[in-house]
Amino acid sequence: MSFTIPKNLEAELDELVTHYPVKRSASLMFLHALQEHFGFISNEAAEWTAGKLGLQPIHIYELVTFYPMFRQKPIGKTQVKVCRTLSCALAGAAEIREHFCRKLGLDSHAHVPQTTPDGRFTVEFVECLAACGSAPVVLVNESLHERVGKGQADEILALGK
Amino acid sequence: MPQEFKLILKHADEPGYTPDMGCYLKHGGYETLKKALQAPGRDLPDGKKLSPQEALREDVKASGLRGRGGAGFSAGLKWSFVDRRSGKPIYLICNADESEPGTFKDRQILHKDPHQLIEGMVLSCWANDVKLAYIYIRGEFPEGARLLNRALAEARAKGFLGKNILGTGYDLDIWVHRGAGAYICGEETGLIESLEGKRAYPRIKPPYFPAILGLYLCPTIVNNVETLCHVKHIAAMGPAEFARLGTPNNTGTRIVSLSGDVQRPGYFEVEVGKVTIGELIFHENFGRGLRPGRQLKAVIPGGSSSKVLKAGEVFQLKRKGADGQMAPVEVPMLDLPYDFDSLQSAGTMSGSGAVIVMDDSRSMVDALANLSEFYAHESCGQCTPCREGALWMAKGLHRLTHGDGRKEDAAYLAHIAQNIQGRTICAFGEAAAWPVLSFVKKFREEFEARGEADVAARAAAGSVPDSNRKPSPHA
Ligand SMILES: Cc1cc2nc3c(=O)[nH]c(=O)nc-3n(C[C@H](O)[C@H](O)[C@H](O)COP(=O)(O)O)c2cc1C
Ligand code: SF4
Ligand code: FES
Repeated sequence: MSFTIPKNLEAELDELVTHYPVKRSASLMFLHALQEHFGFISNEAAEWTAGKLGLQPIHIYELVTFYPMFRQKPIGKTQVKVCRTLSCALAGAAEIREHFCRKLGLDSHAHVPQTTPDGRFTVEFVECLAACGSAPVVLVNESLHERVGKGQADEILALGK
Repeated sequence: MPQEFKLILKHADEPGYTPDMGCYLKHGGYETLKKALQAPGRDLPDGKKLSPQEALREDVKASGLRGRGGAGFSAGLKWSFVDRRSGKPIYLICNADESEPGTFKDRQILHKDPHQLIEGMVLSCWANDVKLAYIYIRGEFPEGARLLNRALAEARAKGFLGKNILGTGYDLDIWVHRGAGAYICGEETGLIESLEGKRAYPRIKPPYFPAILGLYLCPTIVNNVETLCHVKHIAAMGPAEFARLGTPNNTGTRIVSLSGDVQRPGYFEVEVGKVTIGELIFHENFGRGLRPGRQLKAVIPGGSSSKVLKAGEVFQLKRKGADGQMAPVEVPMLDLPYDFDSLQSAGTMSGSGAVIVMDDSRSMVDALANLSEFYAHESCGQCTPCREGALWMAKGLHRLTHGDGRKEDAAYLAHIAQNIQGRTICAFGEAAAWPVLSFVKKFREEFEARGEADVAARAAAGSVPDSNRKPSPHA
């Protein structure tokens, strides 16, 4: 797979650079846009970003490895982020994650994101999603699901099938 | 009767209220900005004249507004520290990272009323000669970022933002910058590093006070979403009227995020100090009490980093008596007014305004283990005491919650926490240490009993030597 950036995406990125007096500032926004497009940050994407912003590749790799939202490998099409922090834990977040994992045949004790072999789902525990009043909450790709019980978890799985 | 007072959230939850420009304008939006930009300035009794910008800065000071992001520092004072003589540009950053566990108030504003924030920001920028500002929004709010981008574009189209705002010659742009899942980006200097395109490693103060050496080493103001919205209301109603809300030194309203073991969790905007912790938990207008048959056990009053309060605790607070003299009075925990000063006197803080309630079905050991895992995961790793200590505490608590504890673990945990606080670059060190110190101190028997039970269970099972313990996931 050769690495090409579609023209409209590149135009979008060029525009982003104009938001900052120092180009390097645009790097997080670049990575968000590239991850949205490619699904993850490949070495090619990281190096392309560095070149574009006049940086060394390490300046981008150090971001990809620091910020939890960036990934260096492809993940499931449906990304299930279960909040694990206190208010959600009190409301049963662990059982919800367990439920997702059991239904998908994933290891519910693993501390890293788990992806199904067919590449449909990735399940992971994340920290407080700032929706604690409707715990437990689950972020599925970009949409927030609140007060998630097992029934709703099953609906999420059905949607991603 | 204790009740909500909706200033910032006045319209947000009204049926039919939408986050677009048309709706905001219909509700009087941007009128405050228009008026402020035309204001003539102010003559002082001593013959001096304040420019309209200076007048707004003075008003924010006089309003008594304290930051809603965590530290509760006077917003007006913070603005007065800005180095205005450096010749460098002054930047303003809205902290929309909202990542302190338990907090979900900025989310409401960002998603339901983004123009209110923008109006507050334009006013704040104008008052401080800022020409370029950013909204740093946490990466997990993609919808919030989209709504803000749309709202900013609408504001530009209407001339509330961009070049020559409302024909006054004032130029300002505001851009959205997304974080990517790291809690430490909420700390203002970590946030600044992140906005510069780097890892969010907080900077050491001194010398890197944002007001002097902030973004790109220029003077920078960092304020929370809710704080900046209040600036709009101060400009609209005047500082005296604003200060009539709330209580002395704790003025205005604030949005409390209530979660955990209450019947009705949610966000409630209240006058600061007019409602007690007990009312927030039990009153019909707020949390509506605990689940049937449950007793209160503990309250985390200001986000996960604040020191826990134990049911039944009584505090000595200084209060003005009938004779006008300050005298100590005994205040039970539930009667603590929810404000900055009372909670500080009770040895904790109102922090980000997040109240997490736990009933008697909860294990304090499990709760602390959960929080410690958060801090171990989120330490940025620059300072040894924080990076190692946060991990040791999490490992110790993992052992204690997985059958491998000892009675001494309580003292061990407190010992580590004591050696973190005060020895780090940023206040994350305290944020990680305070829950441990307060949980272990106030619920010591529970921690020791858990350790003793583990020892007894291991002995009964034929004693597992230390070296055979299960590795913790952090190992
Ligand atoms: C570890 C840590 C995390 C923080 N997280 C946030 C946050 O998510 N949002 C926020 O507004 N302030 C946060 N703060 C406080 C900011 O550093 C800063 O004081 C605040 O944004 C200033 O705004 P204010 O004066 O309007 O409160 C955090 C501080 C620390 C030490
Ligand atoms: S105290 Fe912790 S989070 Fe703050 S700079 Fe040091 S290592 Fe990083
Ligand atoms: S603890 Fe889960 S959203 Fe805050």
